[in-house]
Amino acid sequence: MSVVSKRPAWWRGRTVVIGIPFAWLLVFFLAPFLIVADYSVSEMGAVRPENIYSVSDGVVKLALKYANYVTIVADPEHLYLRAYVSSLKFAAVTTALCLLIGYPFAYFMARARASLQPALLMLVMLPFWTSFLLRVYAWKGLLEDGGWVAQLLLALHVDGLLAATGLISAPGKFMYTPFSLVIGMTYTYLPFMILPLYANLSKLDLRLLEAAADLGATPWQAFWRITVPLSKAGIIAGAMLVFIPSIGEFVTPELLGGPQTLMIGQVLWSEFASSNDWPMASTVAVVLILLIVVPLAIFNKYQAEAQEKRT
Amino acid sequence: MSTRRAFFSPTFATRFGKGWLFAGFLFLYLPIVSLVAYSFNASSLPSVWTGFTLDWYRKLGSDREMLAGLWLSLEIAFLTACGSVLLGTLAAFSLVKYKRFSGRTLFSGMVNAPLVMPEVIIGLSLLLMLVAVQKSFDAPDLGPVGRWFVDSLLSRGLGTIWLGHMLLCTAYATVVVQARLQDMPASLEEAALDLGAKPFQVFALITLPMISQALAAAWLLTFSLSLDDVVISNFLNGPGSTTMPLVIFSRARLGLNPSVNAMATVIITIVAICVTLGSLWIARAERRRAAEMNAAQRGG
Amino acid sequence: MAASKDAAFLRIEDVVKDFGGGSVAVNHVSVDIAKGEIFALLGSSGCGKTTLLRMLAGFETPTSGRIVLDGMDLAGLPPYARPLNMMFQSYALFPHLTVWDNIAFGLRRDKLPREQVAERVEAMLRLVQLGKFAKRKPHQLSGGQQQRVALARSLAKKPQLLLLDEPLGALDKKLREETQIELVNIIEEVGVTCVMVTHDQEEAMTMASRIAVMSEGRFLQVGAPGEIYETPATRFVADFIGNVNLMEGSLTEDEPDHVLIRCADCTHYVGHGITGTEGMPVTVALRPEKIQLSREAPGGEFNRARGKVKNLAYFGSFTVFHVALQSGAMLKVNQNNSERHRDDELTWGDEVWAHWSPTAHVVLTQ
Repeated sequence: MSVVSKRPAWWRGRTVVIGIPFAWLLVFFLAPFLIVADYSVSEMGAVRPENIYSVSDGVVKLALKYANYVTIVADPEHLYLRAYVSSLKFAAVTTALCLLIGYPFAYFMARARASLQPALLMLVMLPFWTSFLLRVYAWKGLLEDGGWVAQLLLALHVDGLLAATGLISAPGKFMYTPFSLVIGMTYTYLPFMILPLYANLSKLDLRLLEAAADLGATPWQAFWRITVPLSKAGIIAGAMLVFIPSIGEFVTPELLGGPQTLMIGQVLWSEFASSNDWPMASTVAVVLILLIVVPLAIFNKYQAEAQEKRT
Repeated sequence: MSTRRAFFSPTFATRFGKGWLFAGFLFLYLPIVSLVAYSFNASSLPSVWTGFTLDWYRKLGSDREMLAGLWLSLEIAFLTACGSVLLGTLAAFSLVKYKRFSGRTLFSGMVNAPLVMPEVIIGLSLLLMLVAVQKSFDAPDLGPVGRWFVDSLLSRGLGTIWLGHMLLCTAYATVVVQARLQDMPASLEEAALDLGAKPFQVFALITLPMISQALAAAWLLTFSLSLDDVVISNFLNGPGSTTMPLVIFSRARLGLNPSVNAMATVIITIVAICVTLGSLWIARAERRRAAEMNAAQRGG
Repeated sequence: MAASKDAAFLRIEDVVKDFGGGSVAVNHVSVDIAKGEIFALLGSSGCGKTTLLRMLAGFETPTSGRIVLDGMDLAGLPPYARPLNMMFQSYALFPHLTVWDNIAFGLRRDKLPREQVAERVEAMLRLVQLGKFAKRKPHQLSGGQQQRVALARSLAKKPQLLLLDEPLGALDKKLREETQIELVNIIEEVGVTCVMVTHDQEEAMTMASRIAVMSEGRFLQVGAPGEIYETPATRFVADFIGNVNLMEGSLTEDEPDHVLIRCADCTHYVGHGITGTEGMPVTVALRPEKIQLSREAPGGEFNRARGKVKNLAYFGSFTVFHVALQSGAMLKVNQNNSERHRDDELTWGDEVWAHWSPTAHVVLTQ
């Protein structure tokens, strides 16, 4: 008489739809991380799951070799620790600069005439579509002796100031310094900050600002009390899209950085490629993952919330 | 729409805004312009301009290493784009249509993570896994099929780079398709079901045409991402499988090299043309649609 | 049972939809709908009417209960297997298909031969008078035209049941009035049984042959529009439909042919008996148009009350007077402006007598 609703047969297709990408991700995304973790607690040349645990008398015994982790912390020259710290530092600076430059940029883009905006958007996207490697390489040309930007900076006599603050090693030598690295990273990641900010700011209801003006707020006050708080989601999205990947940057420090800008991505690569010490590389990777877990969680939460709002 | 104008624009704010935008675009395009400019410089030093020349472009024609890299990169990019769009659409579909399924948070996390994760981690982890799998295949005797499988897919080369790129690009494809899927009203699919279409028919006849633009965008995006990738390719390449970015990277490390500039200019030109054409075409389609909507509202 | 074979074309049997977490959207609803009826589910948002409609369509499955259409139990049948079609509130026209293809969509899923499909589509286009627009896309049509396409599309497969979700919700007032009648004509011409969902009483009353007033997942009253309007079963229904004056009172005299109800400002003489006991509290419902206003006191001591005109709202063809009675309660009275000009027109502040006939009330005990 009464039918308890069972899942209708026509829903079984969904197992396939979800299953394929899920399986793909589990095999090629998650499993590799576990293997990295495995490597990190093994010795060079002896990497097998059997090396981690052994079963004797029905009891599982773990034989984790933490040697690599100890090396990272106890290294007398603090190579690894310094690389982690400088990576975090440079990532933070890059994020701050991208925000400083990108926020007004996105703001004024969103306020431009409606007919202009698609063109402006395209102009921002265009560099993004051209190879980022080439554009970073281009900065080498710009900052090398005789390059346009190098000449400009010399003409403005800024190099003395930069040398004094330690951003460049000596007056006139802009390449392979923290200065060149930060410029390169900021340049590369700027579109990643502008786009989410623009997406957020372009949806801002201007009538809110009209209401604020009507109630007596100056444009400056309205900006700080209304526009900025409402664009918080865009700021967080942009910041995460810049901060997290820049920690592990490899290409830019290799091309534009110098000895004092060693970043953890480079350390990881050299352990892997030069020293061929895959376990050590894995350990570096694991610590790096641990470092970004918190920002990654923030990013994930933001993504989930953004999706909730749209449905 | 007239309220879109900056509401309180004391002249200072508008001028400041225009100035900022101008400076920003200058910053964005300066490197590109310099790349193009120096590809015509006879000297390889930026400080000296010895004369206009097309030599570097001529040399490109016989630059085997670069051309081989280009060809390989195009192959991989094509495969990556196709694969990522396929997987990404499935993933986007899963996330949008099925609100509740076990492991959804994990699934969503894994789908989004490659967007921000440092590529060195992705590259290293994938490589280690492939090596581990390969090792476990080494021991037993596999026979010709097994050998072929291990050699082609698991030994480092085109197959592994493709795998790595797919991992990175699927995330981007998912985001693009997901955005479009979410904007599609559910009632359209319900109407199709109501009229007698089975779920797969609904997807093929209704959903797919409506997201076709997003699919195209996702394809182009993943294609260009794959074409440009350095880090993952670095980890996963093998002998004889050097992609174009890797060629450029190794040359760039050694110093400035005008052959790179020449290649860069070629790429930039092609991309610029495609993006401009694409944007114009989209803009025209939008304008046409807006005009039709206006006509429908006035007349009817 | 055999006599009412016709009466149970669509049978909804004790249907419940529980979404969990304490929200029961549809709470034990049962009704029999006859073939060819236009049946309206009327209620404000959140009352469960849309959920019930979606269960009929197959987009939700009932937690318990049965839905039987022409003898066939719909349980477990997916939407594409049910012999019914729905017209969506937003029309849900496929934007990438022409009007012709939109209407043909369902027919093609049935794998009908091309000539038959063409014939049927042409017939539908003639029915809704959109022949000239066959090749247009939905965004090239006006709102009213889009609605007609949606209707044609939902009738193309000759469904046994037609479901309408807020059919006139998206139209403006003028268009709504014209479309109401057109819609009913088409539905009756086709002869299809129809269940519609609406929050607009006017829509329900003009279009439906029977209405179910819903609130919080339950049916409060099911009946023809006149029945619901003139004989509401509860206070809620009386208040929900149209305007009403509700007066609390108690039964002072209970005779088989009349009862007396004393209220704060008046005593009602109701010209029929009701089931009740003396002293029982009751509510008297009086529709505004059933009350007369006059300056002189009417004869008799019942069915009249004294008051002052506090407010009046001029609607053109009629005027609504808000009369403050002695207890402070406000009485709403509708007066038809049957003459262009009256010398003794009532205005603000006038002292008036409101009076009504012994058959004008409805006595409510719930």
